[in-house]
Amino acid sequence: MVERPPATTDLAPVPESALIRAQTRIGRFKIPTEALRAYTMMFALIAIWLFFQWATVDARNPYGLFLSAVNFSKLMQQTAVTGVLAVGMLMVIVSGQIDLSVGSVVGLAGAVAAMSQGRGLIATLVAAVVVGVCVGALQGALVAYVNVPAFIVTLGGLLAWRGVIFWLTKGATIPVEIPFFRSLGRDMVMPQVGYVLAGLAIVAILWSTIQRNRARKRHGLTVVGLTSTMARVVLPAIVIVTFVWLMNAQGGVPIPFIIMFAVAIIGAFLTRNTTFGRYLYAIGGNPEAARLSGINLRRHILAVFSLMGALVGIAAILHTARLSGATPDAGTLMELDAIAACVIGGTSLMGGRGTVLGTVVGALIMASLDNGMNLVGVESYVQPIVKGAVLVTAVGLDMAGRRKS
Amino acid sequence: MSDSERTPLLEMRDITKTFPGVKALDGVSFDLFAGEIHALVGENGAGKSTLMKVLGGVYPHPHYGGQIFLDGQQRSFASVRDAEAAGIAIIFQELSLIKELTIGENIYLGREPQMFGVIRWHELYHRAQDLLDRLHLTLDAHTQVVRLGIGQQQLVEIAKALSHEARILVLDEPTAALTDAEVEILFGILTNLRARGVGMIYISHKLDEVFRISDRITVLRDGRSVGTELTNKLDEGAVIARMVGREVGEIFPKVDHLQGDVIFEVQHMTVEDPNVTGKKLVNDVSFSVRRGEVLGIAGLMGAGRSDLLMGIFGAHAGRTSGEIKIAGQRVRITNPADAINQGIGFVTEDRKRFGLILDQTILNNMTLAGLKRLSGRFVTDLGAESAAGERAMKELRVKATSVFTIAGTLSGGNQQKVVLAKWLLTNPRILFLDEPTRGIDVGAKQEIYGHINRLAKTGIAIVLISSELPEVLGLSDRVLVLHEGHVTGEFTRATATPEKVMACATGHMKAA
Repeated sequence: MVERPPATTDLAPVPESALIRAQTRIGRFKIPTEALRAYTMMFALIAIWLFFQWATVDARNPYGLFLSAVNFSKLMQQTAVTGVLAVGMLMVIVSGQIDLSVGSVVGLAGAVAAMSQGRGLIATLVAAVVVGVCVGALQGALVAYVNVPAFIVTLGGLLAWRGVIFWLTKGATIPVEIPFFRSLGRDMVMPQVGYVLAGLAIVAILWSTIQRNRARKRHGLTVVGLTSTMARVVLPAIVIVTFVWLMNAQGGVPIPFIIMFAVAIIGAFLTRNTTFGRYLYAIGGNPEAARLSGINLRRHILAVFSLMGALVGIAAILHTARLSGATPDAGTLMELDAIAACVIGGTSLMGGRGTVLGTVVGALIMASLDNGMNLVGVESYVQPIVKGAVLVTAVGLDMAGRRKS
Repeated sequence: MSDSERTPLLEMRDITKTFPGVKALDGVSFDLFAGEIHALVGENGAGKSTLMKVLGGVYPHPHYGGQIFLDGQQRSFASVRDAEAAGIAIIFQELSLIKELTIGENIYLGREPQMFGVIRWHELYHRAQDLLDRLHLTLDAHTQVVRLGIGQQQLVEIAKALSHEARILVLDEPTAALTDAEVEILFGILTNLRARGVGMIYISHKLDEVFRISDRITVLRDGRSVGTELTNKLDEGAVIARMVGREVGEIFPKVDHLQGDVIFEVQHMTVEDPNVTGKKLVNDVSFSVRRGEVLGIAGLMGAGRSDLLMGIFGAHAGRTSGEIKIAGQRVRITNPADAINQGIGFVTEDRKRFGLILDQTILNNMTLAGLKRLSGRFVTDLGAESAAGERAMKELRVKATSVFTIAGTLSGGNQQKVVLAKWLLTNPRILFLDEPTRGIDVGAKQEIYGHINRLAKTGIAIVLISSELPEVLGLSDRVLVLHEGHVTGEFTRATATPEKVMACATGHMKAA
């Protein structure tokens, strides 16, 4: 065997240009562009909250009404349904697909659940989720295996499932009779339970941070310093405790919010820490490269639509419970709220880009606008105009920012 | 009257065209007389297409150096439309017909005969049919293009060019998709046009056709003209020598790889064209590779090299058949996941299209193919992933701030290294490399060569496709030559010369 001489370029210094990383300059500060995008929406949300707080100041509420415990609790309940749907929608959009049928399926799953109440609570809840999963799997199979574009399949679904609802219910509203079912949509957990859950959440954050550092140490990578580790635990802990304390002042944390929070946590874990999630981003980012890397595109598309279906089932339970009944037009236009939440949260409709955190913030922004404008007494015809403008502005700013970077 | 006294129909003088980092054309001069077929030949990447794009206004004035004269008048084209108006029509390899429209609509697209904005369909179809009849094409102008075969579409494309009253017709690989009968029709049309005084530039890899149809031949090599001769004063051997004539030895350290047992065997591999039923892109190809061996696959564009590897990898859209053995065991590969599980890695060509997810991080790209192996079946392990990614980055000398840099911001060479790392992280026994140095700078090329040699040394069997002949010859222990889907030659490092390989690649010689 002949020894190879080392290539001359092996010793060449790294060129300066290769070291530049996407950054955005704000005054003296340079911030990684990716992080900036996530924080911008968070700041926008806080700005919207402060604005409505200021706008609701009057003689009886010298500090404003919007962020009062009563209204904040209501806001969290209003966010829950859109939030649950948006987390599912995020995964669908990230993989380069779209689901326009979710509003109709929320209505369908809610109707079937309400009609199943005679068989007991468990059967009722299971029925909603099963309907969602079946519809999702059917639509997913048409997209993945028959190659009908998702836009068409789910547009068809939007029309067809609404018709099925009227067929099943004969156009009547079916009241929710099981008390526990109803409480899922509108009640709070006891204050003590709220604190226990808060404690669990903080322990979980602490545990995952420690795990992460250990893993980095095990593989010989640099470990994040103690100060920033503490910041990563303490800051969320303060937010969580404050939130629970505020909610407890009004009777406790709303159950729908707890469910949305759980869905978001699971969604964040799925998208960030599993091969399934990683493959969704790959499929949306470059389907050819994903296929050649051994990823089964069809199976993943089927799976993501089925998962969306399961979340539609959960959203249907919350929505039906909140309204105390399944109406034939329940869920109308919800797909658009879910898509808007994703897009405001920085999700690209081209696929491959978006986060659960951003999406939840997006859902909060949409719900805050609804709630705040009602509170301030904005004319009902102005409200959709504002929401539409916010949606377009958010994406416009994002695109402008990306062109510069 | 001899050529030197006539004014040429077209003269291109000292044409130079640079792309960032690459000089695609370096002072090329070229002329064409009326009633002449002038062949332009050269290896892939020699600059033929670039020269024609300068002529056709695709690279408009002033984005190139040099001058263009038509009938002795200096001209400069600011757009494709300008060049068309001057009577230049180019038929590129990728057809530009709109499939859903009819032949007639396509021919007069954008120039429909009309009155007050209303299209006069009668006149349009009448004129189109007239044109087809004059070319002796038995086609109805009302037929939708989508219902034609690729060969017939090519002929319609020529009809469209002639409807522009083109005086200069450029044909880029016109016979690539034609059957033998269609080639005869085409040649009949070209002979006819020559008699009518049209000047034609004929680009082809098929030297037998070039010698049959052309009056003069110009050879391009590395963006320079190696000379123009009358066709009857040349033979195929002389043309091949001009196409390849350059020193190979210097940039490639001759490394003999320590070879083990045969690990990979392919027998009777056949891959069909998914769009044209019955057309075989790869026809009964068999080969084997040993551990630690680099097998080069040479061949010109369209010879079926990538189709062969895609077919083996379970990633080709067309029907495939054949037998694959790994370490003596027969294996069934129906999709890329099977291939990866069997220990095959595939650095595909065109990294932006097939290799990378450009707006994701280096790490996500590197671990995509080997994710389940690296970090558990369902839950990923960021620590293990980053460690593997950072190790690969150091080993392959990827120049970037961290593994979290976005892949799309890297230079071509570094992107290619990321793709290479992706496949090394699947721990392959057999590695396919398809054009691994396309479009990257010389320094990065050297590094990739070093990596290929080093990987072979670790016992990986490597199959290398490259359009750059010196690269194939310099790196491979053995070279397999493909021509139109068939193996036309196999050489060991000792017996492979550029002339012999090129002769097999052009179908001029068989040495299997």
